[in-house]
Amino acid sequence: MIFYALVFAFAAIGAGLMCNLWRLLQGPSIADRILALDTMVINSIALIILYGVLQGRTVLFEAAILFAMVGFISTVAYCKFVLRGDIIE
Amino acid sequence: MTFFAEILISLLIVAGGFFAFVGSFGLIKLPEIMQRLHAPTKATTLGVGSVLVASMLYFLIIEGSPSIHELVITLFLFLTAPITANFVAKAHLHEDQHPEALPPTGGEHGWATFDAPPDQRVAGQERGAD
Repeated sequence: MIFYALVFAFAAIGAGLMCNLWRLLQGPSIADRILALDTMVINSIALIILYGVLQGRTVLFEAAILFAMVGFISTVAYCKFVLRGDIIE
Repeated sequence: MTFFAEILISLLIVAGGFFAFVGSFGLIKLPEIMQRLHAPTKATTLGVGSVLVASMLYFLIIEGSPSIHELVITLFLFLTAPITANFVAKAHLHEDQHPEALPPTGGEHGWATFDAPPDQRVAGQERGAD
């Protein structure tokens, strides 16, 4: 039963990633693109966690933690660059 | 016991996938950026949190090896989602809006992306008075 739930979640999150990609390519403003990238990172974390459940291994969770941190830092750095024209003043 | 745990984990995984898709679909469906900001920061975060809780339960009950990584990721995501939303909203205000087009803040100070911080502005006025 968990396997079928995993298949459904993989399909749903994959469709969500395609929506994010559309917004990333289409997005009228820079803030749209930043938001789409951040959502892509969060969806990728969900994909990594679900793959870890499918494999039954916990090794992949370090990758998920790294992804979460890098995604947050890059989003804040990009917004900071848009706001101030510089990242570290 | 294991059967009910499997049902619970499956429900959590399905709910997580559903909410993650709802958040991403709202990103392309809603018309304005300030409305689009709501979809990923709330629905997708809830979906990922539900997936992480399902994973935690899976490794605790089915595999028999408790792991604390998911709790760390959940806490990190739930802490950083509002900060991200605030930064994206500020970037949108700074890039796409004119200061005259914004409504008044209703307070003593103006919008943060256009006005100087209150203490620096007071210091500047004092310097200007001297």
